[in-house]
Formats: sequence, structure tokens, C-alpha cells
Amino acid sequence: MSESNSSNWPLWEVFTQKKTGSPHEHAGSVHAPDSEIALQNARDVYARRNEAVSLWVVKSEMVIATSPGDSGPFFDPANDKMYRHPNFYKTPEGVKNL
Amino acid sequence: MTTVTENDTVLEDQFNTRIDSGEYIEPKDWMPDRYRKQLLRMMSQHAHSEVVGMLPEGNWITRAPSLRRKVALMAKVQDEAGHGLYIYSSAETLGMDRSEMEAQLLSGKAKYSSIFNYPTLSWADIGSIGWLVDGAAIVNQTMLAKASFGPYARAMIRICKEENFHHKQGYEILATLMKGTDVQKAMAQESVNRFWWPALMMFGPSDKDSPNSADLLRWKVKKNTNDELRQRFIDRTVPQADFIGLTLPDPKLKLNEETKHYDVGEIDWDEFYAVIGGNGPCNAQRLSARQKAHNEGAWVREAANAYANKKNN
Repeated sequence: MSESNSSNWPLWEVFTQKKTGSPHEHAGSVHAPDSEIALQNARDVYARRNEAVSLWVVKSEMVIATSPGDSGPFFDPANDKMYRHPNFYKTPEGVKNL
Repeated sequence: MTTVTENDTVLEDQFNTRIDSGEYIEPKDWMPDRYRKQLLRMMSQHAHSEVVGMLPEGNWITRAPSLRRKVALMAKVQDEAGHGLYIYSSAETLGMDRSEMEAQLLSGKAKYSSIFNYPTLSWADIGSIGWLVDGAAIVNQTMLAKASFGPYARAMIRICKEENFHHKQGYEILATLMKGTDVQKAMAQESVNRFWWPALMMFGPSDKDSPNSADLLRWKVKKNTNDELRQRFIDRTVPQADFIGLTLPDPKLKLNEETKHYDVGEIDWDEFYAVIGGNGPCNAQRLSARQKAHNEGAWVREAANAYANKKNN
């Protein structure tokens, strides 16, 4: 069997934009030897039915993510700040457009 | 200081609480080793099934009866490749490299769905595969779209959308044949006779005989038992057969007025175990076709590597 194996190619994370104005969303990943083929593979795997008008590919190793174990303390600065939400504020009954 | 074992028990309790409250588990989250192993087993088997599933259908691309049928079949086979890639991509998030899964398939170590070890002998078989095999797959995959492991569930949502085209194009093929000549009708019926029982076997053995069911249900990877899914498939499929004048090869098949479900005859599980044990009609042929495709594609991978190296230097 040949030594050449497509899985030794770098892994790329694929982001698709459904229509202009929408955000790019994570779709999955592909293996590819370079960025050009990564885009083509991403098109063939994740956009066979017009699911995208724009694609991003990013080498998976370049993605820095929070770790699940730390997610509690990492995000807790937001936990006690209800005053950032509109429903924290009381308004007189009957007032409109507020 | 707590020991590792105590710590694992605490973590497993937390994991079970998350599962019970309907949370999705993501790749970097703590998970029991058995959960990881079961998912890898299930997802790699599923991905391999998509890939091997291209073979029985690919057999008819050059002989499709019209251009319309041919483009549809090519698109369907291409989808199966895509589905394999979605699931390999999801499985890789658990840390197993795709080359490892691929090697397990090519060496014959990995399993894939028993249904793909049956031959496609007539054009009507392309209809039966779309209608029965993909129809059964949709029932299973609609459930898996709610599986507790996030990447698997997301891949299934994508796949389910695409399977509906497969299912309808299969039914259309059979419906067209059933409006044709006597020979065409006989061809459709003969094909359905061969595929009906193997399609029912796709859901796996009854849960009391299925070694993995309890864990998978506990972890909400699966939400229904094999038997429940099989019944759901039967109940929605039998009226579709009636509608176009096909009969199903089971003299015991009958609507139970009390339960409102169809009762069916005994499935031949000896046949099922023989096929997954490697003794189906096409096991050897499928494996050698995969190995041939992999070896003959080597030059493409080498060319892509050479090009990438040249650009980077």
C-alpha cells in the first residue's frame, strides 16, 4: 500500500456564509495539503447545494479555544451583571416604545 | 488528596447529570472512556458505511436508463462520499486520525452496515436502495440528529436534509417501473423482494440481544431502541408499497388493529450475523474495490503533496 496518505495533510476548519450579510458559521473540517485545495474540498463537502456564498478555511491548529474545565470562572464576570440586560430596569406601566 | 478513581466518579456523576438535563457534550469536555470508545466505534462504522455504500450504486451509473437518472445517481453517490467525510470529520474531534479509521476499513478490521454486502443485480435495485435502504437510514439518522455528542448530531442534521432527495429518487424509480410493462413491474417486485428483509436488519438485533444498546440509550446517543426504530420504518413504508402496487415478501405482515402498528414475521438473524461476520454475498468484493480505489488514487495524493511543497518552498 502507498505511503501517501491524505490524512497526513493538515486539518482545516471550514466556515460557511449562507447569504451575504449573514455571519460565517462553522460547518466542519477537511484535510488538504494547501489552502487552495482546502477551499475546493470545503466547497465539495460543505456547499454542494448552494449552502454558501463565501467560505473560510482556517488551519485547525490556529484555532485557540477556551477549555471546558475553565469555562465557569472564565465566563463568570458576566454572571452578576444583570444591569446589562433591559429587563433589569423597571418602567412605569403603560409607557410605550420603551 | 483525592485518588484518581474518586475523582473519576465525581466527574462521571457530573457527566451523567449533564446528559440527564439534555446538554450536548462537546469534544473537549470530560467524558467517560466508554462513551468516547462507543462513539468512535459507532461513528467510524457509520462513516465507513457511507463510503462503502457508494459501491453498489456506483455499479449502475454507466447503465442508468436516462440522463436524468444518471445525473441524479451521480449526485447521490457524491453525497454518500460527503456524508462519509462529515462523519469522519466529527469522529476526528475525539482524537482519532482519519488515516487510522481508513486503515481499519482497508484491512477489513472495521465493520460497516451489513446492507452494502448485498449485490445490485438490476436497475430496480437503485430504486430499492433509495426507498428502503435510505428510508431506513433516515429513520435512524433522524434520531441520531439529537444524539448527545454535538459534532455527531450536527453532522446528522446535515445528512438528513440530503437523504430526503435519495429517498424520493428511489421511490420515483420504483413508482415509474410499476407503471411500466409487465417485465418492468416484475423487475421492481423482484428487487423489493430481495431488499426488504436486509433493510429491516439494518436497525440491528432486537435490543435484548444488542450488546451496546443499554449504554447508548443511557448516554442519549440513541433515544430509541432498535425495535422501535424498525417498527417506525415498517409503519411508514408498508403504505408506500401498497400505493404503487408492490407487495412485501412477508406473509405475516398485517396491520394490527389494536396497536395500530404492522405485525411482521421473524427476521432471519442467522443471515444477519453471517453477513456481518464476513460471509455476505459481496463482502470480499467490497473490500477489494475499496483497496483498489485507495491504491489507484495514490498518485493524486502524491501530486497534491508535490504541488503544496513546491508552493511552500
